[in-house]
Amino acid sequence: MPGAESSDPGAYPGLEESVPWRWQAGITALALIVADCGGRTAADDRSAAGPGSQPDVGGQLLVSAAASLTDAFAAMDSAFEATHPKVDVALNLGGSSSLRAQILGGAPVDVFASANPSNMDRVARAGRVSGEPHVFARNRLQIAVPAGNPAHIHDLHDFSDPRLRIGLCAAEVPCGDFARKALDRAGVVPSLDTNEPDVRALLTKIELGELDAGMTYVTDVVSTRGSVQGIDIPADVNVVAEYPIAVLAGSPNPDAAHAFVAFVLSGPGQAILAKYGFESP
Amino acid sequence: MLFLLPLAGLLVRTPWARLPLILSGDVVTDAIRISAVTSVSAAVISLVLGLPLAWLLARVDFPGRALARAVVTLPLVLPPVVGGAALLFALGRRGFAGAALEHATGLLLPFSIWGVVVANTFVAMPFLVITVEGALRNMDRRYEDAAASLGARPWTVLLRVTLPMIAPSIVAGLVLSWARAFGEFGATITFAGNLQGRTQTLPLAVFVALESDRDTAVAISLVMVLVSLVVLLALRDRWWKAL
Repeated sequence: MPGAESSDPGAYPGLEESVPWRWQAGITALALIVADCGGRTAADDRSAAGPGSQPDVGGQLLVSAAASLTDAFAAMDSAFEATHPKVDVALNLGGSSSLRAQILGGAPVDVFASANPSNMDRVARAGRVSGEPHVFARNRLQIAVPAGNPAHIHDLHDFSDPRLRIGLCAAEVPCGDFARKALDRAGVVPSLDTNEPDVRALLTKIELGELDAGMTYVTDVVSTRGSVQGIDIPADVNVVAEYPIAVLAGSPNPDAAHAFVAFVLSGPGQAILAKYGFESP
Repeated sequence: MLFLLPLAGLLVRTPWARLPLILSGDVVTDAIRISAVTSVSAAVISLVLGLPLAWLLARVDFPGRALARAVVTLPLVLPPVVGGAALLFALGRRGFAGAALEHATGLLLPFSIWGVVVANTFVAMPFLVITVEGALRNMDRRYEDAAASLGARPWTVLLRVTLPMIAPSIVAGLVLSWARAFGEFGATITFAGNLQGRTQTLPLAVFVALESDRDTAVAISLVMVLVSLVVLLALRDRWWKAL
């Protein structure tokens, strides 16, 4: 279809068609040897205490993380690679439901950090989680308006005003799901102008002033460092999002994956999350 | 093989029993209506603006012509989301042109169906311009010269000789630009937003449905493939030569 964009499920190009079989056998053998080396050393280290003491864990690590974790996990990535220099972390950021669809579609992801428990539950029910998910952070919703609040938004009731440009995340995405729950609790029927595919896209439109208001997480407002202002939502209608993280079954690099999850749950990892506005689990 | 595999994949996953129910639901009918209106509008606007532009690029030697041609072709190579972002910066509410537009006419392009038309036209027009410009360059000018030497005035030459001669290319350009507009996603979702019944085109509806209701996504995809097939078949061999 000319011009249509396809949502890539993260498929890696296959070797079979392009590489002669002898080469393929050689590469496979090499890969097995390298993987085996990494495995042996990591097994030795597992008896050691704490997440910071596995410097020999190595290889590629693919972490699928919710869009609202963009800044925090970028910092987490750097900190983890500093203490585990042989690991190369690749962050795959997006709406949690997209990430879930990719995983269920067979994408070779090692770690999944979701913005709500239901996407993680769906992955677990499909048997794709290794062990148990752990809640590593919490986040709260806030009304987000452009700096200076040009449309003079006061509270959630302004969301039903058709003269204002209001945006939310799409209902399928955790941020959109929670926003609708909060609006429901407040008894507000919103007059929407757009349903953005993920929370960062919504934030960008608010930052640019294209939208008068939206609902994002507290952490997203914090991340804009002033170009978006937050207005608090009363605690009795607000929704608290719990973020679970898990190592995936069939992960290509389970040792590094477990090390990463342990790091996120540890003191240094939690400190990074707190710095970006997340609440502790 | 490469073309048949995705189609086969779609057909295998199609929920044939539920298809009539899904296709009559308002998510699908709204998306069909918006896609139809916006893609056809974009093709028509591309024609109205693109024909004179193609003429200018093919027949008039003006300083900076090469640059002009490069700028016109830019949407062809620009990632659609980048195009959408650029449109937002220029024509958005706080964009330098958009703010003036809202002030003068009250019209705001983002989050309106007109925004979808603008995004579609932006990505689709280069197809028409390139096709028609190519035809104008390659046509045999002697017919035009003959008409002129027989006393025909420039407008007459244009309407009675030139346009009929490049008509297959104009049709091809129209179809290409319509097809590009029909399938547009990135620029639309970035510039016009995504709201069922107002800006949610068929590609946007597929994207949203993919995460929650796989059956609807497949059904909509099937509709898009069918519509495209019908249009291309209707072209017939005569027009294919010009593509």
